Amino acid sequence: MNSPQTLKADYLTSLLTDQPYLSASPLTYLNALRAEATDRVSALTVPTLRDEEWRFTDISMLTKTPFKPVREATELNVIDIKNFHIEEAISRLVFIDGIYAPHLSSEQKNKGISVTHLKADHSLHTATIEAHLGRHIKFNDNAFAALNTAFLNDAALILVSRDTKVTQPIHVLFVATQKDTANYPRLLLLSESNSKATVVEDYVSLQDGPYFTNSVTEIVLLDNAHINHIRVQRESTKAFHIANCAVSLDRASNYQSVSVAFGSRISRYNLNLRLDEQSECAVDGLALISERQLADTHTFIDHAKPHAVSRQMHKCIVGGSAHAVFNGQIMVRQNAQRTDSKQSSRNLLLTNKARIDTKPQLEIFADDVKCTHGATIGQLDKEEVFYLQSRGLSELAARNMLTYAFGAEIIERIPVSSLKLTLEKTVLEQTTIQS
Amino acid sequence: MILKNSKILLEVCDLRATVNGTEILKGLNLTVRSGEIHAIMGPNGSGKSTFSKILAGHSAYEITGGTVLLEGKNLLDLAPEERARAGIFLAFQYPIEIPGVVNSQFLRLTYNTVQTHRGHEELDPLEFDDFVREKMKLLEMNPDFLERSVNEGFSGGEKKRNEILQMAILDPRLAILDETDSGLDIDALRIVANGVNQLANENNATILVTHYQRLLNYIVPDYVHVMEAGRIIKTGGKELAFELETRGYDWVGIEHDTAARATA
Repeated sequence: MNSPQTLKADYLTSLLTDQPYLSASPLTYLNALRAEATDRVSALTVPTLRDEEWRFTDISMLTKTPFKPVREATELNVIDIKNFHIEEAISRLVFIDGIYAPHLSSEQKNKGISVTHLKADHSLHTATIEAHLGRHIKFNDNAFAALNTAFLNDAALILVSRDTKVTQPIHVLFVATQKDTANYPRLLLLSESNSKATVVEDYVSLQDGPYFTNSVTEIVLLDNAHINHIRVQRESTKAFHIANCAVSLDRASNYQSVSVAFGSRISRYNLNLRLDEQSECAVDGLALISERQLADTHTFIDHAKPHAVSRQMHKCIVGGSAHAVFNGQIMVRQNAQRTDSKQSSRNLLLTNKARIDTKPQLEIFADDVKCTHGATIGQLDKEEVFYLQSRGLSELAARNMLTYAFGAEIIERIPVSSLKLTLEKTVLEQTTIQS
Repeated sequence: MILKNSKILLEVCDLRATVNGTEILKGLNLTVRSGEIHAIMGPNGSGKSTFSKILAGHSAYEITGGTVLLEGKNLLDLAPEERARAGIFLAFQYPIEIPGVVNSQFLRLTYNTVQTHRGHEELDPLEFDDFVREKMKLLEMNPDFLERSVNEGFSGGEKKRNEILQMAILDPRLAILDETDSGLDIDALRIVANGVNQLANENNATILVTHYQRLLNYIVPDYVHVMEAGRIIKTGGKELAFELETRGYDWVGIEHDTAARATA
């Protein structure tokens, strides 16, 4: 029998035990990719507090359970997921515990846009997919990205063709239903030249037990493409959620993202962006957590080329004895002249036991740039509370309103009305302290 | 307007207050009756803004002496929100921005909260919308303001108009306008003043706290008080404001000191 110690040492390998049973894919490149990733998993170990990138985020709890992929898919009906329905969505892909659910999904296959999954017949796009799948995420030193890739069997695929502009959102829904299981969601979004789309990447749960979500998302914007990416992490509060997202912005493309983290016992979101010339990104985030939750967001914005613009506003509202971590690195490379970058980390502590670690990092190697960053950690502003009291609101009502507003400022940026309303309600519920 | 036999709204007697151990108000006396408009003028640091904030219940100040009665009730016993419900309204010099809260929701919440405490009916969103749009006309405000976050990205003039809109909605007995004219161009000043004038009636009163006489061309006060070093040292009619505009504040202080020595 394994002692906890040996389990931890071999944890990644233990997770891999089911992987050899994945049937070989007819796609040669996919088999090669998996094999390469499997090698990396075997070579890497689970990060600990001794790793700089993980110094505030203790994931040893994760390693106490050998989560396995589900053997049998849970049968769900439309009614089971109707609470997560986004009415404006033109198309929906649903994965249950990592397994594609065709009867709950509505694919989209026309000239301009293709919303489908990897295992479906997509002979038209094989070369395109091969060129991008697994090519943007770096899993050489990233155990979890490697693990996801080792399990890469199916994936959500969204391909927006050149000059196609889709206004309604596309909803990719990952539903967790079985406890003690691991799921490896994968999403590839390719937005060709001069195309435009809005994608909601949504993690939800229909159960209360522990499980492990380890996701990888790759987003590719070719020249002049415009993507709105909304990421909603509303897993159960016992879940472990580790996610890696790589975004590649080609010339003059525009990436607008809002990511919210409400759920999970422990969550970690790594977002890496590479900006080409004249591209623009706005990367906003909200972590709203309480009790014993931990939410960690690491972002890396790479101004690799000149004239790119980046904007980032990350907010954390931390109650109970929860712990939020933000590490926002902005790299301005030597030739990235005329970079325009603004970053702001704003944090609200609701209790004495709540904790926040924030680290905005600006590394500039170019000399003609406009970069600002800043961080605030605090309680509610007394003058703001007084202002609302002077309008007749009780102190508690004033505090509740300001806490709500602090979070709602990020939610407001979500360009999908129904989702915005739903999430505003969640923020309202979670920030309202009853008298 | 000065009315015969009008009742006393506010009575401030020998009010003393400190902030961080420094005395800011040093025995302030003021009586305001319903229907009246009072202007409190004075140089920077004389305690004008402190006095407004104290009336509204700001917690940064410690009251060390004196009394403040609003319609006979001890105002100093009340929390800021209770004062607002009792009829005090402070228009802030620097209104705060609340990104994330839609103006219409904020206005309706404050209106309904105050109405409930005054024993009146609440308005539902549709009824309130009609109500607030009517009030906005008074301030020549674009209805778009209702859908924006409270004061976020508002210009100085827009913020002040939003303050007076709140005043119009909350219908206070005593409105205190703290440097409402600061940062306003002449058009905005005219609109804001027009709003204040239309809201003034025989049952309420207004205190204008201002550094400059300019505002008083548009809102004509019944009384002008000069404040210096935490006290009101001179009271006159509207003509006093013109005198201050041409002669400055120094002479009032000198006159006051001379008078004080003479009685000593």
